[in-house]
Amino acid sequence: MSGGLAYLVAVWLLLVGLYGVITSRHLVHLVLCLGVMQASTYVLLLAIGWRAGGQAPIFVDIPPRTPVVDPVVQALTLTDVVVEATVVAVLLALTVQAHKRFGTCDPDELGVLRG
Amino acid sequence: MSRRARLVLGLGSLAALAVLAVWAVGGLPDVGHPRGPYADLAPRIMLDERHVTNTVTGVTFDLRGFDTLGEELILFVAALGAAVLLRAQRDERAEEEAAAAEERRGPETTDALRALGAVLVGPVLLLGVYVVAHGALTPGGGFQGGVLLAGALLLVYAAGQVAAVQRVRPVAFVEVADAVGAASYVLLAVGGLVFGVAAMDNFLPLGTAGSLLSGGIVPVLSVAVGVEVTAAVTLILSEFVDQMMLRGSDR
Repeated sequence: MSGGLAYLVAVWLLLVGLYGVITSRHLVHLVLCLGVMQASTYVLLLAIGWRAGGQAPIFVDIPPRTPVVDPVVQALTLTDVVVEATVVAVLLALTVQAHKRFGTCDPDELGVLRG
Repeated sequence: MSRRARLVLGLGSLAALAVLAVWAVGGLPDVGHPRGPYADLAPRIMLDERHVTNTVTGVTFDLRGFDTLGEELILFVAALGAAVLLRAQRDERAEEEAAAAEERRGPETTDALRALGAVLVGPVLLLGVYVVAHGALTPGGGFQGGVLLAGALLLVYAAGQVAAVQRVRPVAFVEVADAVGAASYVLLAVGGLVFGVAAMDNFLPLGTAGSLLSGGIVPVLSVAVGVEVTAAVTLILSEFVDQMMLRGSDR
């Protein structure tokens, strides 16, 4: 493995985000930590598709057979971003509901209230 | 379980996960040398057989077009879910009236913010339309441009012109646009079945690579997704803004 720093960044983002989720005291903070975890998948995907010296896969002003970075994983990353946006939207809506119903955003207290 | 016990257990699990993840990284391909033939094949297919210069959009709407259908429906359902969750609590008449009064008045914002918002709305709208329309040619596409278009509306809100947002955003219209965007993607997919060989098959002329009307159904799908994303994100954002208004009236 050479130049695997990008992979290690992905691992680091996953672990830091998960730590935040575990220790979170506020639901909005928890949702944002989930976003950090998901950012690790972007880094991982883009790192897998990166080609040393490759161009961006846009053939407007480069010749047709130029070596480019892998466009397939970039499209996957786009899917990933969309999924994260939807997950965050629904989770934040649930957070609003939880706060209305229980008067708190602390995940621990939510558990107590539910019994 | 007490917080302390949970923290100890969590940190132990995290350490174990870290070890496993770093070990797994050792088995990944070297950075800078993607494995498999697709990094070379996808641009070739998109350029020669579809006349699409932006390979990422090409992969999204053609090679993986069927997945994008599911992805778009995820967004549709999420917007629906967020709207249902946030609307469930609008029974309180008094709160709603208070919110309406607040909306007429509009929150206090500084002149600088108002001016910045007013200056930026036009260019951001234009950029959004450009990014959606040129998705098959240059970086962009329906998803990216759609978010930009919805962001322009959020700028109007940030500039403190909530009343203006209420005028621009009749919720019924946004909901219909959301459904129309999602439905037209499905219809285009079915169109391949009717006019071509299989679902998602291209049935429009390909045009000259690099010109605006090239790439067959790819730019059309991109616009359909652009409409859907704009509507879905606008719907989600406006539901949250409404919540903020309710909250503001509580104080």
